[in-house]
Amino acid sequence: MMRRTLMLLVVLAACAAEPALAERMVVSLSNNRVAVTSSFVGENLVLFGVIEPGPDRAALRSNYDLVVTMTGPPETIRTRRKERVLGIWVNIDWREFVRVPSYLTILSNRPVEEIANADVRRRLQVGLDYFLLTQRIGPDIADTVRDDPYRVAFVRLQTFYGLYRQSSSAVTFLTPSVFRVAIPLPSNVPTGSYPIDVKLFSGGQMVARTTSNLEVIKTGVEQYLVDASRNYGLIYGAATSMMALLIGWFASVVFRRD
Amino acid sequence: MQIYLPIADMPVNIFLVLGMGLAVGFISGMFGIGGGFLMTPLLIFIGISPAVAVASVASHIAASSCTGAITYWRRRAIDVALAMMLLSAGIIGTAFGVWLFTELRALDQLDLVIGLSYVTLLSIVGALMIYESVRAELRARKGMPATLRRPGSHNWIHGLPLKMRFKRSKIYVSAIPVWAIGFVIGFIGAILGIGGGFLLVPMLIYFLRVPTATVIGTSMVLTLITMASATVMHAVTNHLVDAILALILMVGGVIGAQFGVRTGQKMRGERLRLLLGLLVFAVGMRFAHQLVSVPDDLYSIREVTGQ
Repeated sequence: MMRRTLMLLVVLAACAAEPALAERMVVSLSNNRVAVTSSFVGENLVLFGVIEPGPDRAALRSNYDLVVTMTGPPETIRTRRKERVLGIWVNIDWREFVRVPSYLTILSNRPVEEIANADVRRRLQVGLDYFLLTQRIGPDIADTVRDDPYRVAFVRLQTFYGLYRQSSSAVTFLTPSVFRVAIPLPSNVPTGSYPIDVKLFSGGQMVARTTSNLEVIKTGVEQYLVDASRNYGLIYGAATSMMALLIGWFASVVFRRD
Repeated sequence: MQIYLPIADMPVNIFLVLGMGLAVGFISGMFGIGGGFLMTPLLIFIGISPAVAVASVASHIAASSCTGAITYWRRRAIDVALAMMLLSAGIIGTAFGVWLFTELRALDQLDLVIGLSYVTLLSIVGALMIYESVRAELRARKGMPATLRRPGSHNWIHGLPLKMRFKRSKIYVSAIPVWAIGFVIGFIGAILGIGGGFLLVPMLIYFLRVPTATVIGTSMVLTLITMASATVMHAVTNHLVDAILALILMVGGVIGAQFGVRTGQKMRGERLRLLLGLLVFAVGMRFAHQLVSVPDDLYSIREVTGQ
């Protein structure tokens, strides 16, 4: 309940903060559905977009900045810290990051620090530093300061695994009002829904915002196996054991020498 | 060629995993062991999470020990009664092991326990094997016949009650040490993802005085059944058995084992035991190094499931 209230507050705050938008954006994703098959090794998506004058027909400005944020399905992830105890390294303490994106990529045409000031970035969650990463702290769930060691380690590790990234060169303006965004999708992404949030800035303020969505799904054998292992553990385990026995038996027949 | 592992949630090179299966299979065939103590660390090394590795290797060991067991069955070198007695306790040990595995995983101490147990078990067993085979080698060089301490020499274990007669092995021992050994092997197997063959064979020889003719076959039957049931139990409790990974490992493993057996048969027993001892000891030291040396990163992350 508390979590829902918190979310609602965040959404309300975001709505209230938005200025009257003068421009409109139309975006299209090269592929709205990515299927994880047995040969999946990641994919590169392309998002195209056009900036149009808003309802008041104001002329387009000359220089725009674009920030694209794509988030994966939420996950609860524990970050553990090792310490030396009696000569060996042991996980001594941990923090839980509650319902944080399993995948997070923040792409822009130039460094986000140059696009907007810290205040705007914090309010609109622009950039990894200001993205809301909620931790369980005692009975509360809240984000910590940016340089909290657990938060830093968490972002660093997620970045290392290719799941979190921030790039200031992934957005290209083809003309002043047409842009192209290259979104890399690594092979270890979880399945689920990936909302894409596109924010257009001009002069340090957000002037337009739109969203898109990507679905990452497992298909065929992969989906079947995951479902089976989650829902029918006993049958799945028994089938795997049977497979082991059959292969063992088969090998003894094929290679029989006596 | 990459293939996506649905449960481990990552792509691996199919030839790399197949090659690992072949290599470990070769070693397991050569020494008559399951090879789990090599396979599990290898899988962890290529980036598969320890929990998925342990759970999936169980089925791989089941496959390779099934091949072995069938071969020994044809040679009538299996003591079924002894295997059943060991099993009755082995299953309980496995269930207990899987339960502890789940608990430790929740406490974030699974990696530590796996590491510590590997160090302790492998370095002790490895050192004992090296010591024993070097002594046998030296004795052979001096021209003394390699005598196996067998019958006659009764120890305290033979004084325990509840005695049973195992006809195929021609031994008459108490059921208590048999159950104890079965329990320990089942327990260790489930927690560490090892079949325990390299522990079981010496235990059967030294504690129960099982003759060499039936010891390996009997050990393989036990490994087969405990590992098959560990697979089922891991699948039911932790949902971490990756069938695709297991399948690739099995295929590599059973083929490799055939060549391993042929190579093993050309070598002398003491030499073989020395090599195995060195291998076991080296893996143990590798784990010790990992526990003691400063880790590259003090932090690590893990997804919390079931929330």
